[in-house]
Amino acid sequence: MELISPSELAKEKLHAVQEYSLLAGRSVGNLFGHPRYLADTLQQADIIGVGSLSIVVLTGFFTGAVLALQTSSTLQQFGSLSLTGQVVSLSMVRELGPVLTGLMVAGRNASGMASELGSMMVTEQIDAMRALGTDPTKKLVTPRVVAAVVMLFFLTIISDLVGVGGGFMVATLVLNLDANQYWTMAYQSLAFKDVLMGLTKPVFFGFIIATVGCYYGLSARGGTQGVGRATTQAVVASSVLILATNFFVTKLLIAWIT
Amino acid sequence: MSTTLSPPRSAAASTAEQRGAIITFEDVAIEFEEKMVLDGVSFDLKQGETKCLLGIAGAGKTTILKLVLGLIKPDRGRITVLGEDVSAMPEEELFDLRRRIGMVFQESALFDSLTVEENVAFRLMEESNLPEEEIHRRVVEVLRFVELEHTLSKVPSELSGGMRRRVAIARAMVSEPEILLYDSPTGGLDPITSTTIIELIVKQRDVYKTSSLMVSHRLQDGFMMASHYFDTAANEMRPLALASRTDVHTTFLVLRDGKVIFDGTLAELAASRDEYIREYIA
Repeated sequence: MELISPSELAKEKLHAVQEYSLLAGRSVGNLFGHPRYLADTLQQADIIGVGSLSIVVLTGFFTGAVLALQTSSTLQQFGSLSLTGQVVSLSMVRELGPVLTGLMVAGRNASGMASELGSMMVTEQIDAMRALGTDPTKKLVTPRVVAAVVMLFFLTIISDLVGVGGGFMVATLVLNLDANQYWTMAYQSLAFKDVLMGLTKPVFFGFIIATVGCYYGLSARGGTQGVGRATTQAVVASSVLILATNFFVTKLLIAWIT
Repeated sequence: MSTTLSPPRSAAASTAEQRGAIITFEDVAIEFEEKMVLDGVSFDLKQGETKCLLGIAGAGKTTILKLVLGLIKPDRGRITVLGEDVSAMPEEELFDLRRRIGMVFQESALFDSLTVEENVAFRLMEESNLPEEEIHRRVVEVLRFVELEHTLSKVPSELSGGMRRRVAIARAMVSEPEILLYDSPTGGLDPITSTTIIELIVKQRDVYKTSSLMVSHRLQDGFMMASHYFDTAANEMRPLALASRTDVHTTFLVLRDGKVIFDGTLAELAASRDEYIREYIA
């Protein structure tokens, strides 16, 4: 294995950050110029949104269910089992819904984007597109970014709802809680700031998933091995970025809202 | 009072136009990973001329085509294409220029998720407001030129290597570009299919008279192009008679280690006393 000097490595990383920032900036800038690829955006919305629906529903349901199970034993010790609905809805809406949906969609779609664009890159299809006078960032990147941001927003809402439903199943069937009490607690505990926090995050996460997926795809070099490497890197980088961004966005929103 | 200012044109671009050149390379150099790929390359491509770029693998032939399109930038020197200095143009401005140039990639580079019709129509659908019927008519017309009008609804994976190359030629010429660039159009094909592709390029050259650069590592491709013409009446390629005065406007450029070692006609190439060239054409 070839050893790289620390300064060269730092330069490489800095260059990668610069390239990523330029791509992310262009993907937003393209929204204000022509042409706009509505058909491509709708196609991507179908792939990202409808395509991810099943995994998001399953993840949301089982997360809500296990949350109810895990918290019930602690709540029971304090005689507060009736608060299960509140715990599940607050946790799902503020944190688990957006983050887990983001991670699942990243696993499914950041990898998909990286492999698709990576394959196009190594087979010169991206160069062919540029040679035909079409800007790949307008045709390929911006539609994916728009679709990911919009669809992740709605997928998060679905995940939150299904998660609270999963908690409800456990609360009524396993913990024998009153259904009306569960839903009342779940609904009444939610304030505007919780919903705002829960629905601001997917906008950031969707942007990260699409831009990171496209960046690694368009940076793929070296045939099928390069495409495989780009795919793995896209999933790892987007997942880590989602978790890190989640911390900072939460911190900012807590400071801003409260 | 308002005045319209035209963009400043470089002195090099004006000089190139005066020479009748539509592509000019002046002392162009580029290196990849500390390896000099092109080193001081200079040449002109004149209007209506077809130039065959010859050289061994890694000589920098494909790099020249990518430089013409502005897909990569030179480290040194100036490249003028259709009066524009592509070595100094930003990517955004290059898209307009690229629409006036057609490129056939080495491995065809067809969009594998699109059908043959969508591949060929790609540029027309992107850049114009042509009605669908008109786009379809032009696609069928250009596919008929490459004798593949029956493959409209097929996807590239259903085509043979030679058919893919012909679709790539159709895609490059559908918008009637002013320059055509061929990157090893016969690479990896059997001799019979290679001849079919060369016949198509000769047909394109003699029917539409488009200026072109053709990269090849097969000497016989260039020789065939320089020694044949397309007979439109018979719809086939025919050899030029020895005493023929027909000028097929085909010249050769030989690269060695990133430098131009020959730029001239077939007769001059055959008469060259350069040892490397003699060995290369032997």
